[in-house]
Amino acid sequence: MRHLLKNLGLYALAAWASLTLNFIIPRMMPGDPASAMFARFAGQLQPEAIEALRAAFGFTNEPLLQQYFTYLSHMFQGDLGISVAYFPASVTEVIGTGLGWTLLLSGTAVMISFALGSLLGVIATWRRGGWLDSTLPPLLSFLGAFPYFWLAMVVLYGLGYSLGAFPLRHAYSDMIAPSLSGEFIASVAEHMVLPATSIVVASLGGWMLGMRSTMVGVLAEDYISLANAKGLSQGRIMFHYAARNALLPNITGFGMAIGFVLSGSLLTEIVFSYPGQGYLLIQAVRNQDYPLMQGIFLTITLAVLGANLLVDILYVWLDPRTRAR
Amino acid sequence: MQVANQSVAQMGEAGGVKPVARRSPRTGLLWQLLGNRKASVGVGLVLFFIAMALFGPLLVSHDPGAFVGAPHEAPSAEFPLGTTGQGQDVLAQTVAGARTSLTVGFIVGLTVMVIGAIIGMTAGYFGGWVDSALSLLTNVFLIIPGMPMAVVIAAYLRPGPVTIGVVLVVTGWAWNARVLRSQMLALREKDFVSAALVSGEGHLRIIFREILPNMTSLLMSGFISATIYAIGAQVGLEFLGIGDVGVVTWGTNLYWASNNAALLTGAWWTVVPTGVCVALVGFALVLINFAIDEMTNPRLRTDRGWTRMLKLNKLEEGLSTPVVKRHGR
Repeated sequence: MRHLLKNLGLYALAAWASLTLNFIIPRMMPGDPASAMFARFAGQLQPEAIEALRAAFGFTNEPLLQQYFTYLSHMFQGDLGISVAYFPASVTEVIGTGLGWTLLLSGTAVMISFALGSLLGVIATWRRGGWLDSTLPPLLSFLGAFPYFWLAMVVLYGLGYSLGAFPLRHAYSDMIAPSLSGEFIASVAEHMVLPATSIVVASLGGWMLGMRSTMVGVLAEDYISLANAKGLSQGRIMFHYAARNALLPNITGFGMAIGFVLSGSLLTEIVFSYPGQGYLLIQAVRNQDYPLMQGIFLTITLAVLGANLLVDILYVWLDPRTRAR
Repeated sequence: MQVANQSVAQMGEAGGVKPVARRSPRTGLLWQLLGNRKASVGVGLVLFFIAMALFGPLLVSHDPGAFVGAPHEAPSAEFPLGTTGQGQDVLAQTVAGARTSLTVGFIVGLTVMVIGAIIGMTAGYFGGWVDSALSLLTNVFLIIPGMPMAVVIAAYLRPGPVTIGVVLVVTGWAWNARVLRSQMLALREKDFVSAALVSGEGHLRIIFREILPNMTSLLMSGFISATIYAIGAQVGLEFLGIGDVGVVTWGTNLYWASNNAALLTGAWWTVVPTGVCVALVGFALVLINFAIDEMTNPRLRTDRGWTRMLKLNKLEEGLSTPVVKRHGR
């Protein structure tokens, strides 16, 4: 419980730090983003828009501390300002359209990669020196050395463009209106195959190696020898005795991995024009849409913090030792 | 750590290394690295790419930025790796890209390692409120996702390799600091530190002369991980168009390839060479890191070394601590 409370404090602090970072960065930079944007969009923006932008940033003539509190209170009301690229839509609205897609894509990819990678790690370690153990680690670390988005490009070219087996872009077919119909869900799944595959391929190696190194340690424990001595079946020892305990450190890694995969999927989304946070982020960068950019950074950070918190709770639930303390 | 290194050396490594006679921890580690098969492949690859970055541009006939051919020309005798969507020589671009990308990668790796070491070691050595404050800072930076933060910071700064480097240092130091802090916590409890304290040595001297040499392998592997991170993240940021897209780097090569819709027109040769180079450098560095891990943690040694050790002890494969020998297998 203490462990959980301590981490809760850490997450709150991290959330505050990223909020504050968002406040400080534009103010430390030379010039005024609002004016810069206005100059860039000269003639396209209404004069009132610049005032709205300044207000959104909290760029006023008030003392810095007061600006900071105004900014914080806006944030807590969920008011992240107005998007420039999608003017006059608010940042919150724009992000709302992308968040679900990102969570769907990276959520699915992390789950598959975690389950598959850990399983491969268990099996490879169990047959130490076997063909799986000697081929998989180098192969998967080689694949993991490729940038996520580069693998995405290759998968897009090979399976999408050359073979024509999968759609090349977007999250669902333009021909179908979003609804809860079977047809729509099938289209979403079909569009998700390539981006998810590229993320899974890139991140599989990390899971497998993590699992492998903890399994090596667990297999040396006395209770494994005891289980062997009792004559339990190898499958039972492998999964119920060894893997169960070796999995715990990997679960802590799971929380961090969500952060990494979310970052990795940003680039993957861009390759596939998948309408999630990453795609919005690149639009924001290209259009110098600072409010949207910062809003996306904030939501991703909060998503990562939330995921870590969930993993912490899961960990306490899975590992009795953390509960006892 | 020194003890572990020596014991590994005495047992003999998978590649058939003879026990190393020299005892100094630094030379010991280097000698072992050169004897390890994984590490020598890794070091060889890294040296190849460094040579390519240094001398490659002198050997390639075309200027990487010049428009020398028709757009998206397939590989031919004149352009061994084809041309880009703007008619630039892909081979020249790949070779020239190595220079910027590797320079930024190694400098950032070194800086991250030094900053991580200073913060982590200070926290671990002094403990108390210093540790609490620095650990908190480290944990906060660890948990805030690096890539989106890098994008936001980089978007405000003037684009260019220096900006990218600064951003990568800011987002990359925390992991190293955490690893080195925990190592410092373990080492400062050792007898030799107490002995040094009692004999009246200063804190700085103890940290740098007594403790630091025992962290060589950890520092080295920290430097390598940081370099891997720096090269990967740099390529990613530049792919987003956040770097200076006028400079030829591996990241901007991929940016232009994607911008010119290379894959949708079938021009795979604009994408493949750069990606393979990035992956090979990353893989080579990972190999060196594996080798360092194996040397400091005998449990992780290669399978051949493992099976050999089992045989030496007359044990069967499959069980790591076979107290009871199973029959009929």
